[in-house]
Amino acid sequence: MSNLKIKDYFKKFFTLSIFGSSPILWPLFFLILVLIFNLLFNKTFFHIEIKDGHLYGSMIDILNRATPLMLVSLGMTLVIASTGIDISVGAIVAISGAIAAKLIGGTLVLKGGVQEYVTLVPMPVAIITAILISTILGLWNGMLVSRVGIQPIVATLILMVAGRGIAQLITSGQIITIYYKHYFFIGNGFLLMLPFTLFIVSIVLIISLILTRKTAIGLFIESVGTNARATKYSGINSQNVILLIYAFSGFCCGIAGLIVSSNVKSADGNNAGLLLELDAILAVAIGGTSMAGGRFFFLGSIIGALLIQSLTTSIYAIGVPPEVTLVVKAIVVFILCLIQSETFRKKIFGKRLQGAH
Amino acid sequence: MINKIIINKKYIPLLVTIGLFLIMFGAGSLIYRGFFSIQVFLNLFIDNAFLCITAIGMTFVILSGGIDLSVGSIIALTTIVSAYLLEKANISPFIVLPLVLLIGASFGCFMGCLIHFFNIAPFIVTLAGMFLARGLCYLISIDAITITNDLYKSISIARIYLPGNTFISINVLIFLAVIIIAVILAHYTKFGRTVYAIGGNEQSAILMGLPVGRTKILIYTINGFLSSLSGVVFTFYMLSGYGLHAQGMELDAIASVVIGGTLLSGGVGYVLGTVFGVLILGIIQTLIMFQGTLSSWWTKIVVALLIFVFILLQRLFKLESDQKK
Repeated sequence: MSNLKIKDYFKKFFTLSIFGSSPILWPLFFLILVLIFNLLFNKTFFHIEIKDGHLYGSMIDILNRATPLMLVSLGMTLVIASTGIDISVGAIVAISGAIAAKLIGGTLVLKGGVQEYVTLVPMPVAIITAILISTILGLWNGMLVSRVGIQPIVATLILMVAGRGIAQLITSGQIITIYYKHYFFIGNGFLLMLPFTLFIVSIVLIISLILTRKTAIGLFIESVGTNARATKYSGINSQNVILLIYAFSGFCCGIAGLIVSSNVKSADGNNAGLLLELDAILAVAIGGTSMAGGRFFFLGSIIGALLIQSLTTSIYAIGVPPEVTLVVKAIVVFILCLIQSETFRKKIFGKRLQGAH
Repeated sequence: MINKIIINKKYIPLLVTIGLFLIMFGAGSLIYRGFFSIQVFLNLFIDNAFLCITAIGMTFVILSGGIDLSVGSIIALTTIVSAYLLEKANISPFIVLPLVLLIGASFGCFMGCLIHFFNIAPFIVTLAGMFLARGLCYLISIDAITITNDLYKSISIARIYLPGNTFISINVLIFLAVIIIAVILAHYTKFGRTVYAIGGNEQSAILMGLPVGRTKILIYTINGFLSSLSGVVFTFYMLSGYGLHAQGMELDAIASVVIGGTLLSGGVGYVLGTVFGVLILGIIQTLIMFQGTLSSWWTKIVVALLIFVFILLQRLFKLESDQKK
């Protein structure tokens, strides 16, 4: 009897969180679970102190490190909501970082006895160029998907394969080190005691929330994801909506690339953003956005990204080899897929649901 | 007369691929001295046997309208499991070989079951499978393990001499056997026809009473098996086990299948096309090697360009055939 009650309760919780008004309940629940785990096994985890006027500690570190993933997941959320997928994000991140590093370069120059760092082109120009080119790469993906009609996974596969090559070409196959102090602020700087990256993410998040929730664009995206053909027949230019979505994904990757390259003060065509596409998909899936398209939740993806980063950091902290995170991630994806699968739900809960009616 | 042209049309993508291969080989022979030799041609097989074996598995998956992103990590898992069992646990290779093949096949079977029974998109399931297999590699060993087993060593250095002072390795024999079996499987068995039917239209295949579920699971099982066989061949080739082996191999495999003329939407394509797809990838690498000054990342760009061109070709063919309807 008690067993049944637990199952009932579980079912209620589960249906509430997946179909109810608050789909971010699940990821939040997992995030809290990870935090509790850290509370028990890792004493220094919640320790936050003020050093040089900034906040320091594991939590702040997680927030800062998760920002590239958060940005990429924001773009990926919309792509997945439109029943697409973008596996070129890692490559675009690498390209963006490579462009910025190449344009800034930075050399030490003596000017009247004072050492000064000089850039090749002004920093704003370099940043804008990197973001612009990333957006254009996103547009290219969008063109292939919406105009040429290639399946998203294949369309973005092209850029995924070529992208690493292009990034290598830009950096001439080497790791470019950046010598320009002001550029480091993007990835390492602090504003109001908090990492500057958090402000970047917040701005992008707020803009995307306003655009999708306060204008019709959000509805368009949801309808394209639910039924692209019906959307087209109801007079919405679904091709342009898809184009916009992929361009947005490229834009987010561009910013993420800047953060990554600024954070490590160099651009590595081979390893920047490696396997980022998988993490981003995982973050979006954890965040409650359905893989079948339609509804999307930016906040869920942000929490998903945070969850992945805190998982990685806690695994580091307890001294397990970091590669084990891959196994954990895989198991999480399997469980999430099963939960989201209609057939699975029917097989497990189907009879009981029918009995209840 | 008209009939003949329509039948020929089916083979156009395959002919384009073969033509491209011949042109590339011809161009290489004209430009570089020493390129036009049987050994250079045979080296394509020796150096790409593992890619070809896994790409053939991928052909079946893509023919059925699915995709498998886990093959690269299954290859890595196979190399590291073999190396660990041979070197650290001192187990006989005659137990290790069937064991790793079994692991690959059951891995594929597991993913196939998830895809079929719970109706989850193949790329998500195999993405998770990719994570899982890579993670398992690191659980076994983070460092590379060199293989010193006598049997593996002797297979690795064995050369089968052909007339004209040329040779092939044992890997090539395995790979030839796989091709022959795969061609028979695809074109002369019930299973093969069901694969094409599922790729053409899964709903119709179900309505026709074909064993769709069983075939789907079998496709992923075969792909898992071929991936681990490819892992075994890779182990012979590299004589080491390492979790970072075969990184990105799934993309090379998908690229070979696409360049080989298989439609990514499923239902159309040939195993032999994939073989030529792999050979084209190999010849790009060889050309860049002969050229000398170009760096290896040009391979990636050229491969991506080829994928793009071939997908455009596919779209054109599809548009044309749609208009005819």
